[in-house]
Amino acid sequence: MKYLIKGGTVVDPSGGIEEQFDILIFESKIEEVARNIIAKDAKIVDAGGMIVTPGFVDMHVHFREPGREDEETVLTGTRAAAKGGFSSVACMPNTDPALDNADTLVALKDIISRDALINVLPIGAITIGRFGKDLTDIKAMARQGIVAVSDDGSSVEDPELMLKALKSSKAADVVVIDHCEDVALSNKGVMNKGFMSTKMGLRGISDESEWRCIERDIELAAKAGARIHIAHVSCKESVEIIRKAKKKGIQVTAETAPHYFALTDECCATYDTNTKINPPLRTAEDVAAIKGALADGTIDVIASDHAPHTDCEKDVEFDLAPFGKIGLESSLGISVGELIEGKILTWPKLVEKFAMNPARILGLKSGTLKKGSPADITIIDPKKEYTLIKETLESKSKNSPFIGWRLTGKAVGLFVAGKPVMLDGKIL
Amino acid sequence: MPSVTGKITWTKKDLLGLEYLSKEEIELILYTAESFKEVTTRRIKKVPALRGKTVVNLFYEPSTRPRTSFELAAKRLSADVVNIEIEASSVKKGETLIDTGRNIEALKIDIIVVRHNCSGAPNILARSVKSSVVNAGDGWHEHPTQALLDMFTLKSKLGRLEGLNVSIIGDIAHSRVARSNIWGLTKLGAKVTVCAPKMLIPEGIEKMGVKVTSDINEALSGADAINVLRMQFERDTDGAFPTRMEYFKQYGITKERLAGCKPDIVVMHPGPINRGIEMSSDVADGKNSVILEQVTNGIAVRMAVLYLVGLVKEGAR
Repeated sequence: MKYLIKGGTVVDPSGGIEEQFDILIFESKIEEVARNIIAKDAKIVDAGGMIVTPGFVDMHVHFREPGREDEETVLTGTRAAAKGGFSSVACMPNTDPALDNADTLVALKDIISRDALINVLPIGAITIGRFGKDLTDIKAMARQGIVAVSDDGSSVEDPELMLKALKSSKAADVVVIDHCEDVALSNKGVMNKGFMSTKMGLRGISDESEWRCIERDIELAAKAGARIHIAHVSCKESVEIIRKAKKKGIQVTAETAPHYFALTDECCATYDTNTKINPPLRTAEDVAAIKGALADGTIDVIASDHAPHTDCEKDVEFDLAPFGKIGLESSLGISVGELIEGKILTWPKLVEKFAMNPARILGLKSGTLKKGSPADITIIDPKKEYTLIKETLESKSKNSPFIGWRLTGKAVGLFVAGKPVMLDGKIL
Repeated sequence: MPSVTGKITWTKKDLLGLEYLSKEEIELILYTAESFKEVTTRRIKKVPALRGKTVVNLFYEPSTRPRTSFELAAKRLSADVVNIEIEASSVKKGETLIDTGRNIEALKIDIIVVRHNCSGAPNILARSVKSSVVNAGDGWHEHPTQALLDMFTLKSKLGRLEGLNVSIIGDIAHSRVARSNIWGLTKLGAKVTVCAPKMLIPEGIEKMGVKVTSDINEALSGADAINVLRMQFERDTDGAFPTRMEYFKQYGITKERLAGCKPDIVVMHPGPINRGIEMSSDVADGKNSVILEQVTNGIAVRMAVLYLVGLVKEGAR
C-alpha cells in the first residue's frame, strides 16, 4: 500500500527540513520526501495548511495494565495517545505485578499485540517489585525488547544499588530513566513547599528532594559511564545541575512535562486533586527556568507522565488523593500555547522534543522522516482551536487540570508503520 | 434578610476561611455578632431566626468544645441540630467525604458545620453539596470562627482592631488558628507579628503580611494583644522542639515576661490551655486574660455565622 501525504509543511529536524514537501509512504517505510511527488498508485492524504512531522514519541506514560484496568488499559491508553498525535509511547513498569521480569513482559507484549493502536514500548523495572532492594535481570528483559529501565514512581534510595543498576544497564545497552526523589526530604508532602503550601496548610515537598537526588545519580552515572535520563524535571535547581553536567560531557538527558511549564503551585489553591502531582507543581520562577532549559536544549524531551486515576480515587481530600494527571491528549495543545505562541521554541525545536530526541534516547529507528525510516508520521493542524472536554477524552480516566482549557494546535492525522491510525481527527 | 451594615449584604453560601472574605464581610459578621451577644445575656436566650432550619455538626476530629459552641449557637437560633462524629458514623467504613456530604444533603440539611483533619476538606465538601458549609477547623488550614471570636473579643476590649499590634505566639506551622487570625486581622488593619522557634515557622509566612520573629521579647514589646497557641507536642510538631520545659523556658508566657509589656495587654488563647507549657497559670487566670470571654463570645460569633449563611437566598445554593 502506498500513501502520499501532500502539501503539508514538513518539519523534520533530523534532516534540517522545514518546507512544503510531499511524503510518499511505501508499505511500512518512508519512500521519499520531496517537492511535488507524483505517485499514481498512491492514496492521497491532503495535508494543505498542516504541519507534518516524524511520529511523536511519549517516553513516559502509565497504562496500568496489568492490574489497574479500571484506570487505563493498553487499548484506551493507545487511543488517547493516537488522539494526541503519538505513534510510540514507552510505558512505565509500575503495574501490578510490576514489569520486573521477562515472563511478565511476554504477557504484556501479548496484550500489546492484541490491543495497541500504536507502538507500545515497555520499560522494565530496575528493582524487583520496585521495592528498591534487589536488581532485576536487565539483560533478560532487554532480550524481550525493553527500551529502558526505571523504578518510576519511586526512587532507588540505595546509592550502591543505583550504581549497580547503571552498570548493568550499560552492559545491556538500555538507558536508565530516573525518578529522582529523596523521600526523607519529601517529608510526606503533597504539594510544593512554599508560600502556597503554608497558606493552604498542606505538607510541602521541597525542591531539594528532587535536585539532591539528581545530583547524586548524575555522579553515579558518570562513574559507571552509563547513560541516564532524568524524568519529570520540575524545578530551577535541577535544571542548573543538568546544564552543568551536560557541559562536563556526562551522558545525561532530561525530560519535563507540560504541567511543569504551564502551571504553578497557585493552581492548587482550590484543593483540586488533579493538581496533586509528583514532583509537585512549582513556582513561576521554576516555570521560567524550565522554559529556559527547553530553549537552550538542557531539557531534551517533553513527555506527558500520563498518570490515569479514576474519579473515585481523585474525588477525596487533597491529602488522601493519589499523585498524577493524564496528559496524552493535552501535551501538544499546551506546548503549542506555551512554547510556540510564547516564542520559547520554533516548530523544529518542538519536534525535536516530541519526536527526534525521545526516539534517539530510547534507541528507536523512528523520530525522523529520512528515506527508509519507519513511516511513523504525525499530521498537525497548528491553527485548530478547541476546548479540552472530559466527555471527548479517549483516556479511561479524566484526571486533568487542563479540562476546560482553550487550546490551539491539534494532531489530526497519524501513521504508524505506514498504516493510517487517525485521519481528519478521527481514529480509524 | 441577612443583616446589612449599610454597606453590604451577605451573599456567600459557605464560610470556608477568612482568606476568602473581604474586609466588609468580616465586619458584617462582627457587627451581626454584636446583636447576638445581647441575646445571650437575656433571660430567655433564644431567637427564632433559624426556626425550621437544620444544622449538622460533622466532626471528623473529636472535639467537645467547638462542637458544643456550635450546637448552642444553632439552638439559640432555634435551628434543629444533629451531631455526627467520626466514631459513630459510616466514615470508618470507608465512605468518602463527598458521599457523606451528599447523604447529609439528601436529609434536607441547611448547614453543615465540618471539622476535619485534612486541610481543604471543607472546600471540597462545599463544592459538592448545595447545603451551606461552615468550616469548624480543617487541618493546618483555617479555623475562621475561632479567629472571628478572637477579633470580636479584641475589638470589644480595645474598641478597635485597626492599628493594633497583635502577636501570635506558638506553633505557627501547624496552626489553623494562626492562619485565620492572620488573614482576618491584616484585612482589618491590625499589625500582626508571628513568633515561634524557627522550626515552627512555615516557609513564606511573611508573604501573608506578617512580621516574623523567633524572639519572644520582640513579640511582646509594644504588643496590644497576644494570642498564645496551644502547643501540641505529641501530635504536630514533628519533633521540632526538644522538650516541653525548654519551650516554656524560651517561649512560655509568664507574669515576669508580661511585666515588661503594655499594662493593659490583652492575653488570648484558643484553648484548651496547657498550663505550664505555653502559659503559666497566673497569666491564664490573671487580669489581662480574656480566655473565658473568648468562649462566651464564641457563641455569639457562631450564631452570626450560622444566621448569615443560613439566610442566604436559595439561589446562591
